[in-house]
Amino acid sequence: MLAYIARRIVYVIPIVISVALVCFLLVHITPGDPLVAILPADASQELAAQLRAAYGFDRPLPVQFGLWLWKAVHLDLGNSIATGRPVFTEVMTAVKNTFILACAASAIGFTLGVFFGLVAGYFRDTWLDKLATSIAVAGVSVPHYWLGMVLVIIFSVTLGWLPAVGAGPGGSSDWHWDWAHIQFLILPAVTMSVIPMGIVTRTIRALTGDILSQDFVEALRSKGLRETRVFRHVVKNAAPTAIAVMGLQLGYLLGGSILIETVFSWPGTGFLLNSAIFQRDLPLLQGTILVLALFFVFLNLVVDIAQASIDPRIKRA
Amino acid sequence: MLEPIEDLGGAAQPLLEVKGLVKHFPVGGGLFAKTKVVQAVDDVSFTVAKGETVGIVGESGCGKSTTARLLMQLMPRNEGEIIFDGQLVGESMSLRDLRRAMQMVFQDSYASLNPRLTIEESIAFGPKVHGMADGAARTLARDLLTKVGLKPETFANRYPHEVSGGQRQRVNIARALALNPRLVILDEAVSALDKSVEAQVLNLLVDLKREFGLTYLFISHDLNVVRYISDRVLVMYLGQVVELGPVDEVWDGPAHPYTQALLAAMPASDPDQRTEVPPITGDPPNPIDPPSGCRFHTRCGFCEDVCISTVPRLSMVADGAHQAACHMVIPGSGHTRAPAASEAAA
Amino acid sequence: MTATDTALQAAPAHKARGYWATVGRRIVRDKVSMACALVLLAILLAAIFAPYLHLADPYQGSMVRRLRHIGTPGYPLGTDELGRDMLSRLIYGGRLSLLIGILPVILAFGIGTSLGLVAGYAGGWANTAIMRTVDVFYAFPSVLLAIAISGVLGAGVVNSIVSLTVVFVPQITRVAESVTTGVRNLDFVDAARASGAGALTIMRVHMLGNVLGPIFVYATGLISVSMILAAGLSFLGLGTKPPEPEWGLMLNTLRTAIYVNPWVAAMPGVMIFAVSICFNLLSDGLRSAMDIRN
Repeated sequence: MLAYIARRIVYVIPIVISVALVCFLLVHITPGDPLVAILPADASQELAAQLRAAYGFDRPLPVQFGLWLWKAVHLDLGNSIATGRPVFTEVMTAVKNTFILACAASAIGFTLGVFFGLVAGYFRDTWLDKLATSIAVAGVSVPHYWLGMVLVIIFSVTLGWLPAVGAGPGGSSDWHWDWAHIQFLILPAVTMSVIPMGIVTRTIRALTGDILSQDFVEALRSKGLRETRVFRHVVKNAAPTAIAVMGLQLGYLLGGSILIETVFSWPGTGFLLNSAIFQRDLPLLQGTILVLALFFVFLNLVVDIAQASIDPRIKRA
Repeated sequence: MLEPIEDLGGAAQPLLEVKGLVKHFPVGGGLFAKTKVVQAVDDVSFTVAKGETVGIVGESGCGKSTTARLLMQLMPRNEGEIIFDGQLVGESMSLRDLRRAMQMVFQDSYASLNPRLTIEESIAFGPKVHGMADGAARTLARDLLTKVGLKPETFANRYPHEVSGGQRQRVNIARALALNPRLVILDEAVSALDKSVEAQVLNLLVDLKREFGLTYLFISHDLNVVRYISDRVLVMYLGQVVELGPVDEVWDGPAHPYTQALLAAMPASDPDQRTEVPPITGDPPNPIDPPSGCRFHTRCGFCEDVCISTVPRLSMVADGAHQAACHMVIPGSGHTRAPAASEAAA
Repeated sequence: MTATDTALQAAPAHKARGYWATVGRRIVRDKVSMACALVLLAILLAAIFAPYLHLADPYQGSMVRRLRHIGTPGYPLGTDELGRDMLSRLIYGGRLSLLIGILPVILAFGIGTSLGLVAGYAGGWANTAIMRTVDVFYAFPSVLLAIAISGVLGAGVVNSIVSLTVVFVPQITRVAESVTTGVRNLDFVDAARASGAGALTIMRVHMLGNVLGPIFVYATGLISVSMILAAGLSFLGLGTKPPEPEWGLMLNTLRTAIYVNPWVAAMPGVMIFAVSICFNLLSDGLRSAMDIRN
């Protein structure tokens, strides 16, 4: 097992370096001067050259990449052009908020998805199955930013039960686990949960169907096992794949939260990304994307290792 | 029909000569694991004369099918030469020419036909590759369907999944013949068929051989079938040839203990035919790490020190054509049952 | 004719029908798929022939008739925040929305299938080079990648299409590679090689027909994702620019109107949802229609 983990970690290194390279190059395919955002329109050639040297944009690309990577390894992602604050601190504050949102959404999506998936798989081709499958298809097909708007219309505008935007009373971004804050979390988390809900439902439905059609289930039943005990075997067999799917979904939510964060003005990475794009704050953009992508790679790794340790069929040799 | 391929060396020159064929498959490997090697085919040499049928027998995994695919150049070989009618393949004979002169019929009749093409299209594909016009190729395909006993009007426009296994294998035979080849490799071509269908297809093969003047390399694990169709036979064990000779001589006087065991394992219809040869025991050893010396020594009832230490070469058994790779037939090999060295010199 | 001869010529009586003809018959019999196809066709045709439908001018606004409710005479679906006719804008909006939703998948289908075919058929170093590159793109969640590329390229229809194509190429390549590798190992490909055919001929005659189906099904499912993402880019201001009618952008500009006239504001999302769910269901229907075994 340790050798397996070691090997997986070694395989991740080239991916991490490539991801860093892509993030680095992203900024360099940008049309126009990377300094355009901070340079006054009437800046002299001299000033431009000075700034370019200060940010290191005058060096050859591979050297720039090397320096950038070296700093990144030491958690230095440069300073935001717009605010002047270190990118790393800005990103980490935002990541915390996105993480709260993504975890809440995953929990809701996973619970509902497992429930619907088991119901659909167990009662295959009945109306229950059709209902659960329809919910799942709707979940993966709905433009979630629109769903967010609809939920705001219903629960904030019409009913007035929940706040529409923000992450805390008075626009504070300091998170606490109390009702004053949690009520802000409910709508975005529910909105975000529909995608993993749909995908987990589909996965669990297919898995349950496959497992129930296997001979060992027939054997369990013919041994006289009660259906509730058979059910436990099904859950045991479905668990590794379900966990793997959910792990990946959490990663997608972390990286894909931008649309929902925009709808709900949630102060997370998506919100940060949005302002970075529109203020053309390239170091901030680069840093946010790098951190999110690395999170995703790391999550993939954890999922692989977790799956291998649960599922005896995966060879660890 | 495509033009017949010209005969170059006359009847005395073998149609196919295989020299020192070697194929190793790397397995495993990676960052922390050492790459290991499966010796699928290890130094195999033999010849096939014009117009004869040579059978290759052996347990599954002994390298029969790999040999066939190596001959057809479907996978690269590590070492060895293939000489077709006196021409060295890859030098004086091009790959494309070889793949007209030599054709192959596979075991799985379904997997070896493209499910999206009609039977006629599958048969006509080869001739079109070699420059025949579409109309002519389709006419040829229909003629060949008749030759393999299928009515073109019923079968030409059908898809592979719409016909039975025996019919599909007839289609595969027609497809192989469409290039007017000189040598056809039949890789377990009848093994997957029902016994009655198998017999019909075997008879068809015998008839076609006569009609088209073909040479066959017939690969099978079924000893009865091999005896029925072959003139000479090659016995393979763990990637090596252990015995070869005229099929009747090998069957009547098998020299290698492995061949003896194989033949003894055949169900005899006559109770008086029971042999005293010790039955073969255990599974074949792992080809990743084959035994030293004679590869059969782990399962052989006559194993002695020399068998573990020294690799036996293929040697004459008694007369010219029958050879075996066993220390018991090599004069002066050191095995107690080996003939005396002086005998060979005389 | 002897008994064995008769047995030999025995074959199923039904007329031989090609694979695609069978799939076509099965999909036509599937009610859900057909309903989805009809809805999509209606939206598509309406978008294409919008100028001939005698609709109100989708660009002509008026400050006096802003945010009229659904059912207002003359404005069946109300008006938007600048007083433009919603029905007209929704139908015209289909032109850009469908273009930036579907075109990237078509482009990615072409590029990804080619890459996957080469990787799967050639194997070896070509496979390693292509698939390891694909792995790098897999390290980014697709929404993040689309927004990152659009973000640096800047807003615009072409940039949206480019960024979404970049997102989908790795996904289609991976599917194409695995399907190709599966078919590549079947004996009929070896039989074709043994006939002396070159790699290109084998790909054209023997591989394409067998690999395109599964890749195509996967791509139709991707259109659903692509529609949501494409409209999402516009929603963020990274796609189309005002005053062009486009569903995602309309959703964005109408956001402030949810306190005044919420149901009009939600309309563009209904269109995105409808197209997306129809493509999803059609893809599912196609998948089961192509699974000939049952």
